Amino acid sequence: MNPMPASYLWLIPLLPFAGFLINGTLGRKLPRAMVSAVALLFTALPTGLVAWLWVTMRADGAPDAIHIVGRPFGYDWIAISGFHVDFAFAVDHLTLIMLGVVTGVGFLIHIYSVGYMAHEEGYWRFFAYLNLFMFFMSVLVLAESFLLLFVGWEGVGLASYLLIGFYFRKTSAANAGKKAFVVNRVGDFGFLLAMLLLIVHFGSLSFAQVFAAIGQHPEWQGARFLTAIALLLVLGAAGKSAQIPLYVWLPDAMEGPTPVSALIHAATMVTAGIYMVARCHTLFDRSPIALTVVACIGASTAIFAASIGMVQHDIKRVLAYSTVSQLGYMFLACGVGAYAAGIFHLLTHAFFKGLLFLAAGSVIHALSGEQDMRKMGGLRTRIPITFWCMSAGVFAIAGIPPLAGFFSKDEILYQSFNSPNPLGKLLWFVGLVTAGMTSFYMFRLWFKTFFGKPRFEEHGDASHPAHPIHESPWVMLFPLAVLAILSVIGGWVGIPASFGGHNEIVRFLDPVFANGHAAEAAASTGHGLGIGLALISVLVALGGFYVAYLFYWKKPGTAAELAKRSPDIYTVLRNKYWVDEFYNHFLVIPLQMFTRGFVELIFERGIVNGSARIAALTTRAFAWFTRRQISGNIRSYAGWLAFGAAAVIAVMVFGRSLWGGL
Amino acid sequence: MMVPTAYYLVLAAILFSIGIVSFLIRRNIITIFISIELMLNAVNLTFVAFAHMWHQVSGQIFVFFVMVVAAAEAAVGLAIIISIFRTRQTLNVDEIDLMNS
Repeated sequence: MNPMPASYLWLIPLLPFAGFLINGTLGRKLPRAMVSAVALLFTALPTGLVAWLWVTMRADGAPDAIHIVGRPFGYDWIAISGFHVDFAFAVDHLTLIMLGVVTGVGFLIHIYSVGYMAHEEGYWRFFAYLNLFMFFMSVLVLAESFLLLFVGWEGVGLASYLLIGFYFRKTSAANAGKKAFVVNRVGDFGFLLAMLLLIVHFGSLSFAQVFAAIGQHPEWQGARFLTAIALLLVLGAAGKSAQIPLYVWLPDAMEGPTPVSALIHAATMVTAGIYMVARCHTLFDRSPIALTVVACIGASTAIFAASIGMVQHDIKRVLAYSTVSQLGYMFLACGVGAYAAGIFHLLTHAFFKGLLFLAAGSVIHALSGEQDMRKMGGLRTRIPITFWCMSAGVFAIAGIPPLAGFFSKDEILYQSFNSPNPLGKLLWFVGLVTAGMTSFYMFRLWFKTFFGKPRFEEHGDASHPAHPIHESPWVMLFPLAVLAILSVIGGWVGIPASFGGHNEIVRFLDPVFANGHAAEAAASTGHGLGIGLALISVLVALGGFYVAYLFYWKKPGTAAELAKRSPDIYTVLRNKYWVDEFYNHFLVIPLQMFTRGFVELIFERGIVNGSARIAALTTRAFAWFTRRQISGNIRSYAGWLAFGAAAVIAVMVFGRSLWGGL
Repeated sequence: MMVPTAYYLVLAAILFSIGIVSFLIRRNIITIFISIELMLNAVNLTFVAFAHMWHQVSGQIFVFFVMVVAAAEAAVGLAIIISIFRTRQTLNVDEIDLMNS
């Protein structure tokens, strides 16, 4: 096959954008089949292009990176007195993986949405937003500069906001959208400051130029300004990737339609923060403090979110907390310098978490909108295909070998154990505990949903008129099946050497992370340790399974009894550590008081309205004075005329001597 | 004996000022009209004086134009005055204030 011309790269984001424009402007008038055809076509084509690009980059003698600069209308994008930003895309192996995930998983979820959204109002709007998201996400991963990345970064935030608030008539959905947007602004604030610092210290926002400059200055190791930039970038990443302290928006984001949760809030957008940290690994490697912060944020988010996830009843919320927790794993991986492991987990997580969300959507669809696991149960025989697909996802995320999640999670735990960071062992232990919790809450979900006695109303009630429990249509089952297969085999690209594999994905990413120290560290330690650690984590995963089995299958009352015996812990977990309440009382309400008291009363009414009123009064006074002059008396007009002429002459004659030649 | 240009200019200024003042203080339209003619001729006088001073004929030619325009203006103006007098039975400008809102 011929190599792909570099200029075709533009098509990867532009095609979904065209789809957005078509569906966004004409969609309302078009029939549903046409809307879905447009949306699917304009995501299938970029997927094909990415596949072609993949072949091109893997061919012998292909360059490590492709770089193209766009000059729209023949102008540079931004060029101000020596400062210069190109509208440039770059593709290296990291981008390639991200593009594969975004377009591949994105396309599958588009297919699924055709079935899932079939009966919804605003069908065209949904697909327009979804295509818009694909556009911005491709820009984000293709960008060659911090600024263009930020364009995509904000754009996906916008798409996320629009899709969370898709059911905008529902107050909770509209509020969740706002919350996501506002919380992300806090992170963006960090990102923006980081960009300003980069301009100050490097005079450039191009990845290549900044990282080259860092590479040329070995004396910058641990420099304070690098740490500052890195920490501000971490703040941005924590906002987008839902890490402590900015994770609060993601669980609420579940108000959006389930395919959105799968695509944006599990597989792609929320991984943008991890992608960004991995992209800036040259920068982070120079700042041990920032790396430690990343690792600690990741590990604490992982265990924190997992503990909340153990007691949630809403099936989507369990998955949301699980996503936060898994993103914490990826952060942890980046923090110990194992960027490739982080990206590996990102890849497998996109498969199994996308699958879990889609399967959960299929369950919800079967139950006509029921999301509470207390009203499920026994669905194994009623919707068998969904059950089997979901099982693949559950076993994958729980870390049961040889499914995808086992290899990627194990790689992260292994790398943290071996990391030179003094906290490495502690981080490993936290990760291990989290793995046990993950296994527990996933099997809890599995047992509660698919096993036991049915706890739902067979023939519907007043709010949900009789819809028999039905398996989803094939358009929804096909993506489930594909993702289930990927969740099973997806981890095999990263079988570590200690299991006799080649760790393909780490080698694949070597051109990007070549100066990362993780790869060498992994190679230098013995195989026995790798197998030993893997054994421990498998045992922990099985332990989680066994506890869930005991609680929700063998003796169904145990969990409730345990909750009763230690009500404090249960209440704390059930209320999600009161973090939302804390933010509400200490940030939101004071901010609102400030807004109402100062901004509205003094600024809005006093300064803004006051100045408007003064302007109006001045105009009226002037008008009153002018109106006096229109007397209808010809001689008064003539008098003014004569006065004016005399004044002009006086200025001409005496002016020069009076004002000294002004 | 040559009369200095300044003398002409002073005379013109005096004539012009008389014209302005009578324009402003008189109420009769006919008188106002005459004062306009006075101002025009004061200006004509300066034209001629400067033309003589610089030995340029264009100033004098300009005066002819002004006279032609003034004659046309007098014809039109008198016609308007007559029609105003017919409709309002007065020539007092203070009573002709249709534009006063």
